[in-house]
Order: sequence, then C-alpha cells, then structure tokens
Amino acid sequence: MKQKDYRIALLNTWIEKSSQRRKVINWGVYVALSLAAILALIPLISVFSFVTFRGFSALDWDFFISLPKPVGEIGGGIANALVGTAILVGFGTLIGLPWGFGIGIYLSEYGASKRASAIRFTVDLLASIPSIVIGLFVYAAVVVPMKRFSAYAGGIALGILMVPTVARSTEEILKLVPIHIREAGLALGLPRWKVILRIIFRGSLGALITGVMLSVARVSGETAPLLFTALSNRFWSHRLDQPIASLPVQIYNYAISPYDDWHRQAWGAALVLIFFVLFLNLTTRWAMKKGTK
Amino acid sequence: MEISSFFSTRDLNAWFGKTLAVRAVNMSFAENTVSAIIGPSGCGKSTFLRCLNRLHEEVPGARVNGTVLLENKNIYSKDVDPVELRRQIGMVFQKPNPFPAFSVFDNVAVGLKLAGIRKSTILKDAVERSLRMAALWDEVKDKLNDAGTSLSGGQQQRLCIARALAVEPRVLLMDEPTSALDPISTAKIEELVSELKKAVTIIIVTHNMQQAARISDQTAFFLLGDLIEYGATSQLFTAPKDNRTERYITGRFG
Ligand SMILES: Nc1ncnc2c1ncn2[C@@H]1O[C@H](COP(=O)(O)OP(=O)(O)OP(=O)(O)O)[C@@H](O)[C@H]1O
Ligand SMILES: [Mg+2]
Repeated sequence: MKQKDYRIALLNTWIEKSSQRRKVINWGVYVALSLAAILALIPLISVFSFVTFRGFSALDWDFFISLPKPVGEIGGGIANALVGTAILVGFGTLIGLPWGFGIGIYLSEYGASKRASAIRFTVDLLASIPSIVIGLFVYAAVVVPMKRFSAYAGGIALGILMVPTVARSTEEILKLVPIHIREAGLALGLPRWKVILRIIFRGSLGALITGVMLSVARVSGETAPLLFTALSNRFWSHRLDQPIASLPVQIYNYAISPYDDWHRQAWGAALVLIFFVLFLNLTTRWAMKKGTK
Repeated sequence: MEISSFFSTRDLNAWFGKTLAVRAVNMSFAENTVSAIIGPSGCGKSTFLRCLNRLHEEVPGARVNGTVLLENKNIYSKDVDPVELRRQIGMVFQKPNPFPAFSVFDNVAVGLKLAGIRKSTILKDAVERSLRMAALWDEVKDKLNDAGTSLSGGQQQRLCIARALAVEPRVLLMDEPTSALDPISTAKIEELVSELKKAVTIIIVTHNMQQAARISDQTAFFLLGDLIEYGATSQLFTAPKDNRTERYITGRFG
C-alpha cells in the first residue's frame, strides 16, 4: 500500500513537472512567433511611416486637382496622373479581365487535358516574366507600328500583366465549386457555358471579384511597363492614342529630377498610390466578408 | 417487353475509360409509372441512370454505346442535341444541390430564365406550380427571396425537385434522393413521388429496398453492371425469378 502511494506521488510530480515543462515550451514558442510576426511587420510599417512622413506635407486639395506646373515653378499637382492611372488601369482591366477569365474557365473545366497543362505552364511562365520585358514587348508590338506612345499601349501592357493572376485565381475559385452543382445545371438542359457564366460565376462572384481587385491593385503601381508605352504627359489627356500620365511614372520622373519641390511631390504621390492600393485591398476584403455571410 | 413503350434502352453499354460499368442493358419504362433500380454499391445504377439523360458522357473518358428510345426516337442519334434532350429528362441528385447565391425563387426559375423566358407572370406561375408539385410551397411561400441553401436538407431536396420540374420534363431521374435525409423528409419525398407520377415518368435509384417496395411499380435489380431481373415490384420482392435477386433482397449478400 505504502509503496503504491509513493508511486502515485512520484507519478503526480512527474505529470506536474512535464506539464510545467509544456507550459514553458508553450510560452517560449508563443514569444518566438510573436517576435517573428513583429519582425514581419517592420518593413511594412517603416515603409508606411516613412512615406507618410515625407509625403504628407505635399498633400492638400490643390495637389489632387491641379496639373503639374512648368519646370521651375513651385506647386502643381497630380490630377492628370490620377485620371491617367484610372484610364490605364480601366483599359488594362478591359483587356486582361475577359482574357484572364477565359483562360481560367478553360483551365478549370478542361484542366485535365494535355493542352490545358501546356496552357497552365505558359500562364505561369507569363506570370514570372519581369514587367519591364512586357513593356518592351508592347513597345515593339504596339508603339513602334503606331509610331507613338499611347494610353492604348500602356493599357495593353497592364492588361497582359493582369492575365496570369486573373486566370489562375479564376481557375482556383471555379475548381472549388463541387462537380454536382455543375451537373445540376447541365441536367436542367443548360449549355455548359451558361452553367458556368450564369450559375457558377454567380455563386463565386465575391471570390472572383476579389481576385480581380487584387490584380488591379497590383498593376496600378506598375511603372516599368508604362515607361515606354504610355510614357507620361504633363497636360490633360483623355485620348487613348496619346501619351498619358500615370501615378507611378510621375513619381519616377519627379524622383529622378534635380528639384526639391518635385521630390516632395514624388513622396506625396507615392503616399496617394500606397493608400489607393491599400484602400482597394481593404474594401475588397471587406466586401468579400460581407458577401460570404 | 413491348416495342411501343414510352422510354426504353437497347443493349446499352457504358464505360469509364476501359472499364465497362453497365453491360448490354435492355429495359423499358411505361409512361406515368415509377421504376426503382436496386443493387449493391458499385453495380452501375448511377451510371445507368446518367446514360438516360446523357450526363454520363460529360465525365472525362466516359463513353456510351447502344440505344435509348424516347417515344421511338434514339436520344443518342447524331441529330439529337444533349442540351435540348436534358430539358425533357430531369434529374435529382443524391445530395441536395441548390445553386449557391440563388434565392429559393431563382433556384426554381433558373431553368426557364436561362432558356429565355423573361415574363415575370409566367415565371411566378411556374415557380408556384413547381413548388406546389414538390410539396414545398406552403413552407417557403414567405421566404422566396431567401437563399436556397438556407433551407433544411429535406427542403433543399424538394427545392431541387421543384427546380427539375419547372422546365416540365417528361421523365424524372432520381439518384438516391433520400439517402442524405432524415426519416420524416424521406417519407415526404416518397409520398411526393407517388403523387408526381401522374405528371412525369419516374426512375429512381435507391439503396432502400423497403422504399423501392413502397413507391415503385416496377423494380430492376442490377449486379456488377448487369441487369439481373426486372419486373413488377410486387412480384420481384415476393417471388424473384433469379436466385441472385432472392439472395440480395433477403440480405444474404451485397
Ligand atoms: N468517375 C468514375 N471514373 C471511373 N470509374 C467510375 C466512376 N464513377 C463510377 N465508376 C465505376 O463504375 C462502376 C459503377 O459505378 P456507379 O456509380 O454507377 O455505381 P452505383 O451502383 O451507383 O453505386 P452506389 O450505390 O454506391 O451509388 C463502379 O465500379 C465504379 O467504381
Ligand atoms: Mg450511385
């Protein structure tokens, strides 16, 4: 009897000890992971605070609604660049969206075939091509034959950049839809394209829009593919066959200029760009959450 | 059975790649009757059913060979459009599968809407008629705008039946429509089937032999892709001709 009590006591201390050890390990891992999370946030927070710090002083109402001033004059704004970016991204989306959706649908519906794997591989390759190379390609394929830089060319470059992300996100989203939903549509006597575009798409709309918006957010900050396609423009221009201003290129031009006032404006424009992208990301996520409720 | 039947198969074979899943099946279904298909798991019941509305061929690598006659017209002949055909031969699946993000109303109306019918009075009438036929109207008439997926499992399955009925098919195929449902929902759907056969011809796959006995006029027994026996339900369950059928219905295998 005595012996047994002793053993139980020993067992209890062992359990206690091991549970203490577990707690310590648990705590240690928790601290380490929290540190890692904070470390991951450091670059993000520093970029944000630094850009805000440098750019905030440039922001006033005038900055948003006026055109750049002639070289040498102080002041002026980014109104044309804002409109230009909207036009370029809009035109790019017009091209990239149907194209990306088309490929994504094909890959999700006929993804098992050899041809589909070849297409999937090509799309992944396209995604890994540096954006400046896309810009060069559009320069050779559009700018040179048209003999001018233009919003067309810039939009096409952005559109091409959107294709792989839209295609792959569409594919992944459509693949999540169970096969029996598709079959229910087919069994109603609907052609496959109607089942996909009118039934499956509606069920996955939130996710599809999120994919597109993230892709839009990504290309709206692209500079390299616009440098020798859309070029830039210091004046108002809504024409698609003319060079057009854009936020990233304006930032680039101002940043490499020798003028202090332009440097200030470059920071201001950078701040606007960051907030625009952040805003797109957040609203999409928010809309997505609401949509899935 | 007699040649001039409403809906029948001749030497129907179905493959998945190189596997023959349904072998030379000859069956015929009289109009406004309920036929049940029973048999152990994997014997080709679903595959056979999916040949009847040409859904089988949508599976990659799947193939069909043979004849299926709907009023003496081979549905596998070259001039038949499978999309058109499926409007006449509706289907209800094992798992309730209302379309996500579609309201109750839209789930039922979608077949007509996407076939180009716009008039809201026609759509409303069709939705109400179909929901009544599916014995669901009273339960959902105040929540037609709620999501179809917000209904209970049994209601969802009746919604799927209403959806299939809305395009006014001549034949309704049901693949174990109650296997995912509770006994009360199951009883409702069984009752419904007996009622529906006034309007459509029903072919139902079931694992539940009592169910087959309760609701069907004819019963077919499948085994390993073969049709073993097909006859009047009362006769098949009381005096089966084939001893494999007898062993199956008495629970001695499968
Ligand atoms: N998609 C598929 N690819 C390849 N083989 C399949 C596929 N679906 C079914 N099979 C095979 O075809 C045969 C018949 O399957 P089927 O689904 O028709 O059986 P079932 O009688 O409906 O079974 P259960 O009662 O389990 O639903 C089985 O041997 C199965 O393994
Ligand atoms: Mg089955």
